[in-house]
Amino acid sequence: MTVRLFVPGDMAAVAVGADDVALALRVAATKAGLAVQIVRNGSRGLFGLEPLVEVQTASGRIGFAGVAATDVPALVAADLFEGSNRHPKCIGDPGDLPFFRRQTRLTFARCGLTDPQSLDDYRAYGGYLGLERALAMTSETLVETVKLSGLRGRGGAGFPTGIKWDTVRLAPAAQKYIVCNADEGDSGTFADRMIMEGDPFVLIEGMTIAAVCVGATLGYVYIRSEYPFAIAAMQRAIQTARAAGLLGTGVAGSSHAFDIQVRVGAGAYVCGEETALLESIEGKRGQVRAKPPLPAHIGLFGQPTVINNVLSLAAIPFILAEGAEAYRDFGVGRSRGTMPIQLAGDLRNGGLFETPFGVTLGALVDDIGGGTASGLPVRAVQVGGPLGAYFPNALFDTPFDYEAFATRGGLIGHAGVVVFNETVNMAAQARFAMAFCAVESCGKCTPCRIGSTRGVEVIDRIIQGQDRAANVAVLEDLCETMKFGSLCALGGFTPYPVMSALTYFPQDFGAVAPQTETVG
Amino acid sequence: MERHQGDEMTLPVWDNTTAQEIIESLASEPGALLPILHALQERFGWICDDAVPAIAEALNWSRAEVHGVLTFYHDFRRSPPGRHVLKLCQAEACQARGGREVTQRAQQRLGIELGETTADGTMTFDPIYCLGLCASGPAALIDGAPVARLTAERIESLITKALT
Repeated sequence: MTVRLFVPGDMAAVAVGADDVALALRVAATKAGLAVQIVRNGSRGLFGLEPLVEVQTASGRIGFAGVAATDVPALVAADLFEGSNRHPKCIGDPGDLPFFRRQTRLTFARCGLTDPQSLDDYRAYGGYLGLERALAMTSETLVETVKLSGLRGRGGAGFPTGIKWDTVRLAPAAQKYIVCNADEGDSGTFADRMIMEGDPFVLIEGMTIAAVCVGATLGYVYIRSEYPFAIAAMQRAIQTARAAGLLGTGVAGSSHAFDIQVRVGAGAYVCGEETALLESIEGKRGQVRAKPPLPAHIGLFGQPTVINNVLSLAAIPFILAEGAEAYRDFGVGRSRGTMPIQLAGDLRNGGLFETPFGVTLGALVDDIGGGTASGLPVRAVQVGGPLGAYFPNALFDTPFDYEAFATRGGLIGHAGVVVFNETVNMAAQARFAMAFCAVESCGKCTPCRIGSTRGVEVIDRIIQGQDRAANVAVLEDLCETMKFGSLCALGGFTPYPVMSALTYFPQDFGAVAPQTETVG
Repeated sequence: MERHQGDEMTLPVWDNTTAQEIIESLASEPGALLPILHALQERFGWICDDAVPAIAEALNWSRAEVHGVLTFYHDFRRSPPGRHVLKLCQAEACQARGGREVTQRAQQRLGIELGETTADGTMTFDPIYCLGLCASGPAALIDGAPVARLTAERIESLITKALT
């Protein structure tokens, strides 16, 4: 009998030695004369466990956490291949850990469990049921289903996905496009990467359903160059889908034609902005376009284009397979469904936590995240990437939903949560936000291009104590100009981290009177 | 695309004939410029200015437009990299896990700043903004291979290993 082992091929697992572990296991099995199948699954998403080796046993899977290649002889001696839980690194069924039991995995249902490149595995876990349902619907019913689900763009802007699709669906054009924004540049986010590496067919299926709905025949996945594993995984899965007749002329035996190409970014953060991304696919500088016209009317190569984030498209197969209500019934207020939240930075339980909207920031950090990995107290949490606000402990009661964060002067963005301990210097973080904006600005609009450079200079003067009050006023004024005068979120949202740092942590900017870290 | 840690970057020297073939093989793609620039850099490790007029000719663009794109994107190099390339994450999540200390140690060990190549051409040291390894940082790519959970000591030994 062949022993089935799982060693994640996820970039985060490989970065801590998973390839060496897989090789050592293969060598050990050969030596023992055992037939083994080593599945390079996606990561389950609790990165402290990596490399996590799992063995399929008669009564389910058991895991061994934090395995190094040098541990393999001892694991084999403790009958790992026989499914024994004797070795101290055994953690039982990883799915039973509280971190996983407390999640509601709709989008990430398969990630970490299946062989990402196996179409049979994907189908065995409910894959392509959504497309089957979609093909049986009129485009009108299909778009109504997406609207009813309440799904909003998971890239950060939170625009209703169904309305976007309907605009493209109703736009008359000979050629329409589906563009998947996989330019996941926000620090503290990795959900797009995990899906592309760990369950690529769900994205392909989601894009295909979008294409069927709006009548598009070509799709592009624009993946950042910093994600070499995701690029390879998507390219391979697209070939598999083509060979199986799920892409190409006559998708899944229907009359719809649709194919997908992978395009690779080149290290420009601003290309995560949808119009800059379209420019980049067209082979140009990644400069932001003024809106209107919306990409839904005049998008890629001047044609009507659906441009959605990876997580928006990956949520679609569930919505079609299980029904709009099944998705909509999760969540709070106008934030429906689940959000794959990414817990990062100085946290004990860093990883992917998919949950209905409404969980508080404090629960994510202290409870689910388990507090800091360093053991030092938490000082600030940045939510939403480099353009997100820094929240102090006093704001930990903020529920995770689009509106609640906006009310508190923040944004959830792509749902990255980065935890900083008490050693952080918030003036340095504010300076970094401006410096990052200066490096990454596309240069098209003045508030962002010039404002960010002036912002670094002003913060430097504040830190050095030069005319502090006057320079703080200049910084506030500058942030106001950037916020309301920039073309896109890069210049428009850089004030969030800067102003939140200044508001909640004034002592780091040399404020004379020591102030407590309370809500302003 | 994926390279293994410690692999020497044995890239061919720039050659206009091969470059021309690469350009022509991709020129008919819609939005061909980025795929062309990626393919050239994949082959040679950098993009020689000689390619600019050749690409402009093939795409029927102006040289200024091609130059504009080539210089817009951080990934594209206009001079050959060192034999090894270290890309160390500078973004917030890695900062929150001690990334600034790791960067400082790498700078000390190499004697250069971010964005520079050692005088003997052995290593290029570049910043990178997020590898999506944010719960396992500080993270880096060494000759294309990902490494995470870095400490100041570990980056120093990884650099030493790559250089010897």
